[in-house]
Amino acid sequence: MRFMLLFSRQGKLRLQKWYVPLGDQEKRRLGRELVQTILGRKAKMCSFLEWRDLKVVYKRYASLYFCCAIEEQDNELITLEVIHRYVELLDKYFGSVCELDIIFNFEKAYFILDEFLLGGEAQETSKKSVLKAIEQADQLQENIDFQMRLFPAPS
Amino acid sequence: MPAPIRLRELIRTIRTARTQAEEREMIQKECAAIRSSFREEDNTYRCRNVAKLLYMHMLGYPAHFGQLECLKLIASQKFTDKRIGYLGAMLLLDERQDVHLLMTNCIKNDLNHSTQYVQGLALCTLGCMGSSEMCRDLAGEVEKLLKTSNSYLRKKAALCAVHVIRKVPELMEMFLPATKNLLSEKNHGVLHTSVVLLTEMCERSPDMLSHFRKLVPQLVRILKNLIMSGYSPEHDVSGISDPFLQVRILRLLRILGRSDDDSSEAMNDILAQVATNTETSKNVGNAILYETVLTIMDIKSESGLRVLAINILGRFLLNNDKNIRYVALTSLLKTVQTDHNAVQRHRSTIVDCLKDLDVSIKRRAMELSFALVNGNNIRGMMKELLYFLDSCDPDFKADCASGVFLAAEKYAPSKRWHIDTIMRVLTTSGSYVRDDSVPNLIQLITNSVEMHAYTVQRLYKALLDDISQQPLVQVSSWCIGEYGDLLVSGQCEEEEPIQVTEDEVLDVLEGLLVSNLSTPVTRGYSLTAIMKLSTRFSSVNRIKKVVSIYGSSIDVELQQRAVEYNAMFKKYDHMRPALLERMPIMEKSSSNGPTEMVQTNGETEPSALESKHPPPVTQPTNQANDLLDLLGGNDVGPVIQTSMPTKQASSGGELLDLLGDLSLTGGPTSAPVSTGPPPLPGFLLDGLSSSQNLFNDISAAGIPSMTAYNKNGLKIEFTFERATPNPNIAVITIHASNTTDADMTEFVFQAAVPKTFQLQLLSPSSNVVPAMNQGTVTQVIRVLNPQKQQLRMRIKLTYSHKGSAVQDLAEASGRVVWEPDPEHGVETP
Repeated sequence: MRFMLLFSRQGKLRLQKWYVPLGDQEKRRLGRELVQTILGRKAKMCSFLEWRDLKVVYKRYASLYFCCAIEEQDNELITLEVIHRYVELLDKYFGSVCELDIIFNFEKAYFILDEFLLGGEAQETSKKSVLKAIEQADQLQENIDFQMRLFPAPS
Repeated sequence: MPAPIRLRELIRTIRTARTQAEEREMIQKECAAIRSSFREEDNTYRCRNVAKLLYMHMLGYPAHFGQLECLKLIASQKFTDKRIGYLGAMLLLDERQDVHLLMTNCIKNDLNHSTQYVQGLALCTLGCMGSSEMCRDLAGEVEKLLKTSNSYLRKKAALCAVHVIRKVPELMEMFLPATKNLLSEKNHGVLHTSVVLLTEMCERSPDMLSHFRKLVPQLVRILKNLIMSGYSPEHDVSGISDPFLQVRILRLLRILGRSDDDSSEAMNDILAQVATNTETSKNVGNAILYETVLTIMDIKSESGLRVLAINILGRFLLNNDKNIRYVALTSLLKTVQTDHNAVQRHRSTIVDCLKDLDVSIKRRAMELSFALVNGNNIRGMMKELLYFLDSCDPDFKADCASGVFLAAEKYAPSKRWHIDTIMRVLTTSGSYVRDDSVPNLIQLITNSVEMHAYTVQRLYKALLDDISQQPLVQVSSWCIGEYGDLLVSGQCEEEEPIQVTEDEVLDVLEGLLVSNLSTPVTRGYSLTAIMKLSTRFSSVNRIKKVVSIYGSSIDVELQQRAVEYNAMFKKYDHMRPALLERMPIMEKSSSNGPTEMVQTNGETEPSALESKHPPPVTQPTNQANDLLDLLGGNDVGPVIQTSMPTKQASSGGELLDLLGDLSLTGGPTSAPVSTGPPPLPGFLLDGLSSSQNLFNDISAAGIPSMTAYNKNGLKIEFTFERATPNPNIAVITIHASNTTDADMTEFVFQAAVPKTFQLQLLSPSSNVVPAMNQGTVTQVIRVLNPQKQQLRMRIKLTYSHKGSAVQDLAEASGRVVWEPDPEHGVETP
């Protein structure tokens, strides 16, 4: 995967994860144009499009568009499943997730994404394992008494 | 200083802004607060501030002043700090930033941290956006973690290794030992990421590929277990066990089996099993089937399996889900070359997809339809494609029109059908047709000799209806210029001939000249067409008037043409018929595009004509020397550049030579070669460009003519042209003239050539050579010279002169080879 964008029906960006190195300006421009293109598509059209030299897969969940740009050799249909899995993870974590959850807890959305995908590929195919890892990391965070001590790494 | 506001608070505040300006104001205020907080080196609230900064960055505001703060957060001991710090790094510190490398040490330390979640953060950051230098520095750490027994870390290390390999391919080798036991893992996360890693390595290195081929049985086993094993709640998706892993394994199998018979053999069964057993009611199952089909088509699978795959795609085409249909069309497009017949079976479904509402599907269906057109289905397919052309989006029209032309050219069942198809495209989508179609179409029309009358009639009628579509107008005016005589004489066989007068035709063409719908190019076409009609119509005065008017046109191109045509009426009127003669059959140029346009250069034309005046051909005494001079000697010398004269001047000169020989009185003479097959002009027509030049009509002899025989008042001259597309054929036209005061009757010309050549003698124009140069006898000889040798010809002449029979033998020789070279003109020695 090259990048993933989440945006609202009005075109406001809610999350952007880039797996390719691009300049800030370029990212903004690309993002803006792609968002406009997708928002311009009718409801009955298929979820895949060729845009510039990219394969783009997108799906709308309620008021949020989930959009991924994938590699030439990637399977479009399974990418739809990847998107769906991410939505399921968010749903489980936030309890019936809605756009507001992602707006106000964007950093958590990123954390969840980073436990599911790494470098654009799925690192864990078990929903349970991803959620467990997030939960434990959250615990670490909340435990303010837990101070990191400089131990030498276990060999 | 009061504590900085919390993140959620800020978000809430910003969302209350009603205008962009209000939002900007809030943001600027907060940024100022954050900046001063950073300056104070406040550790407690750094995390909160950076988080707020990241939010504002997402809204589109600059956040670069937070970069160093992210580094400080990463270096902190608190997990909360690290979490936000690494997030900030991934958002703000990509490899293009100067401070990017400063992360390296922190990441290195965190890769060795005691807490796996910290290690995970470091691996994630490195694997998402580490630069090549960073990857080089830290590859060792990643490799170490790839061997750990902690599956949480192992899976992340595998994907991190993928990133390292992508950034620094040379480091691939170092990960090889660690891959040893990757597939024996039970953990699906590790399995999945390992397969991704193996895939990456195999794609990049053929050595790795051969090394990993031995894993095929293991992969097959894993896949089998996934399919056969019962319900596993942890990895289940709609009844299918870990579809992500299945798809990745199928993809790796594809790469491993690609050019290897044994591996392909080993995976045959499992592929068949997956293809038949996978549940297709949900997208998940179809995703797996799709990957399976791709694999089957790519490896060396047996034909039964391939047919199975294509049938799956055929079923996909009928699926209600348009995503599935799209994917099917894409795959079929990939396989149509190799498994053409199998795909043909689904042709009707594919054609139905042309009517789909979705743009992507329509495009795919169109491409696939063109790939499936063949001689058998051309009529039906073309009907569908033309219907599609009428109703499709403008973006498609150009591609569709080009595709229709190509298909029609390849498979047209009849010339009439072909012309009709072209007409249909031009009249319905004429403005979308590509520019280079116009010369191609003109060439096509010229070559369908028997359809000229029908074509010009239809085009004329189309012009009456609509003059806005430029390609249509251009083709039509060209045709009317060429075949206007057929139009007014009502010669059409194919359909009811229409009654058209010369004036009506000229009205239409003049209308094009003045209409503001016409582009300058189109105007050029119509002016030339009007000029051509001066030899085909009788209302020459009207044409003269039009031409002289445009001599002062503002458009330089039109002005130039008009001036030249005017000159043709005045000074060169004797040449006009020959110049404006009917266009002969053109050769198809090997390159499909138009070659360099032939430039008219009005000023050089007359002067060049003058310089060409001394005809180099009539030196009766030094005949043999002439031959050698003209034809470049009899040893391996340079081949005569007989290529396209890029200046019409020379071709004008040639013509003058030919005519000059016969009669210098300047009366209109019929072109000397009118008895034989029409003169073939050669390269000038290898690609008409849009600014069709009048002088393309001239028969440009590539090689200067030569006198082959001149004795006793009988002179035989050879003129050379290039014939058909075959460059080995020379077409020689002999012109026999008689300077004596008595006719030469029963004139017979015979020729013989060495065995390496082949000769074809066509019938002579007559067998009486009139006295006193009152006429010539012409005869065409076609010589095939496959070995491109020097031509030697023995001539035998017999005739009756003043009551006595005369017989003579002679020999002519020279190099007669054509090499296309548009840059050089004809060299006249």
